[in-house]
Amino acid sequence: MIRLTLRQFRTEAAVGFGMLTLLAILVAVTGPHLAQVNEAFQRACKAARACSTAPNPVLQVDTSLQAFLPFVATITPALIGIFFGAPLIARELETGTFRLAWTQGVTKVRWFAVKLGLVGLAAIALSALLTWMVDWWMGPLNAANQNRFDPSNFSTHGVAPVGYAAFAFALGVTAGLLLRRTVPAIGATLLGFLAARLGVESWVRPNLAPPLHRSLSLLNTGHFGVLGVNASTGAMSLSAPVVPIANSWVLSHQVVSHSGQPLTAQSLLRTCPAYGQLPNGTPPSPAEMRSIHTTCIERLAAHFHTAVIYQPPDRFWPFQWAEFAIFLAAALALGGIAYWWLRRHYG
Amino acid sequence: MTAVLEANGLGKRYRHTWALSDCTLAVPPGKVVGLVGPNGAGKTTLLHLAVGLLKPTAGWISVLGGRPGSISGPLARVGFVAQDTPTYAGLSVADHLRFGAWMNARWDRTVADQRIARLGLEPSQKAADLSGGQRAQLALTLAVAKRPELLVLDEPVASLDPLARREFLQGLMEAVAEHGASVILSSHLVADLERVCDHLVVLADSRVQVAGDIDELLATHHRLTGARRDRCALPSDQEVISASHTDRQSTLVVRTESPVLDPWWSVEELGLEDLVLAYMARAAHGAPRLQRERRR
Repeated sequence: MIRLTLRQFRTEAAVGFGMLTLLAILVAVTGPHLAQVNEAFQRACKAARACSTAPNPVLQVDTSLQAFLPFVATITPALIGIFFGAPLIARELETGTFRLAWTQGVTKVRWFAVKLGLVGLAAIALSALLTWMVDWWMGPLNAANQNRFDPSNFSTHGVAPVGYAAFAFALGVTAGLLLRRTVPAIGATLLGFLAARLGVESWVRPNLAPPLHRSLSLLNTGHFGVLGVNASTGAMSLSAPVVPIANSWVLSHQVVSHSGQPLTAQSLLRTCPAYGQLPNGTPPSPAEMRSIHTTCIERLAAHFHTAVIYQPPDRFWPFQWAEFAIFLAAALALGGIAYWWLRRHYG
Repeated sequence: MTAVLEANGLGKRYRHTWALSDCTLAVPPGKVVGLVGPNGAGKTTLLHLAVGLLKPTAGWISVLGGRPGSISGPLARVGFVAQDTPTYAGLSVADHLRFGAWMNARWDRTVADQRIARLGLEPSQKAADLSGGQRAQLALTLAVAKRPELLVLDEPVASLDPLARREFLQGLMEAVAEHGASVILSSHLVADLERVCDHLVVLADSRVQVAGDIDELLATHHRLTGARRDRCALPSDQEVISASHTDRQSTLVVRTESPVLDPWWSVEELGLEDLVLAYMARAAHGAPRLQRERRR
């Protein structure tokens, strides 16, 4: 039964692990350079005592790969669900070969258990190796950006992607068993996986632990800036400050008064009458704009601050394990449903 | 000897329709049993229940004295050739033989290799490239090399041309003669079954209409023809299976253990095909009512 599973899974396994090997070569060739650039920069900026302000040149290295690797890591669980999971049983039901496979000297339950176990393990191994590679390659970048906890990075690092892969696989298998056709099973797997991932990311992950609150002075945020100037009126609009709390996940941030009222256009103009005015009937020069802006921020800071709601960096790993556990539990539940369905409908 | 297949009140329902209902049947061992019936009669359902691909909704079924599909029971001792003889399109003939060896503890490699050689199948050929007849032979080889005590075949020749059909049935009979397995073979064509079977089960309208050894069935069924008879006055041991009337003549198919003595009737032998058709017609239209015919 094990040999049969390996024989039937040969093509998918070859393609999957072949592509992983190609990626591994790519990562092994480019990774060391990335690390060197980062180390050189760290040495230089420490010497110049400018590590917090100087731009890290590592962010400019292999930029296409910087976009490509996280993309691959993001879609891999879905691909596993589609190519490993959905056809596993659906193809046998669709082509009628289940009537051949289930009437040999091996029970359906054992047939199912071995297939699910072996291919599932392959899916988990593939995903774990890929995540480990991406983790390693992206290390210097994440250190430079300090954004490992951002949703886009969280879902391609650590252990959560392995949970996604297990879940997508089990979803594919179960959908295939219930729908009996490969193509609809693929569609259902994609939809279900997308819904589960987005659902957990939007509603479950932010609430795994009560988020922390922090007040930041407008003066310290540094990124408070002009979003745009109306060319005819010269009116400026303020951008909401991007709040950098290193390696944490900022859920929301808002400029509010000390009594908790949000900043409105009226209160902005009351505090900064110069905003939205044309001093000499002509649009202000960049120097004048900066000066108006700085004065305004200083005045605003007396009454307003930025209220940040966030998850701190030390929750990265607990959240990773929690999300891994959620998806793994869902995968096991789906496996149980498939087993129950098999027993109920096929004896 | 106990029956190779025994069913009691067996039924299978799909959502709201019964594909098979109240099926009570005992198939004696050592026979080649033909299961015949129109399309949709429940033949495939019955056979799938027998090999454990389906679970009964009602009643029970036992095969070789055990519950179908259980590993301790008949699973390893029943060979099955499913309808349209499914094989793995991407696997070669040799792969299929390995599949059989991996999946069956009782696998007989010599039997498998010999059959493949005799059929002239190229071991490296992919199943997708085989003709329908070759694929059916490959499926039969898998089932036979398992050394089954019972061989179940679901419409194995339905999609084959006449030559492939004959070769397949010949191969089946050789295998049976060699290994001495009981066989249950379904078809909607009586001619195929007549050639190879010695026991017949007629399934129609999701019920067993009649079952018995073919010799015995032929000996106990007769066609009676005579001048039109207004009144049905047959002895109580004569069961009317079908009746048809023209203005002058009545034709009945009756089942009886004793000879028909009434001089009114001329008694004819009944072919197997006509016998099966009579039961199928009865299942489709209900039992014949002679009274209603009379009033016309």
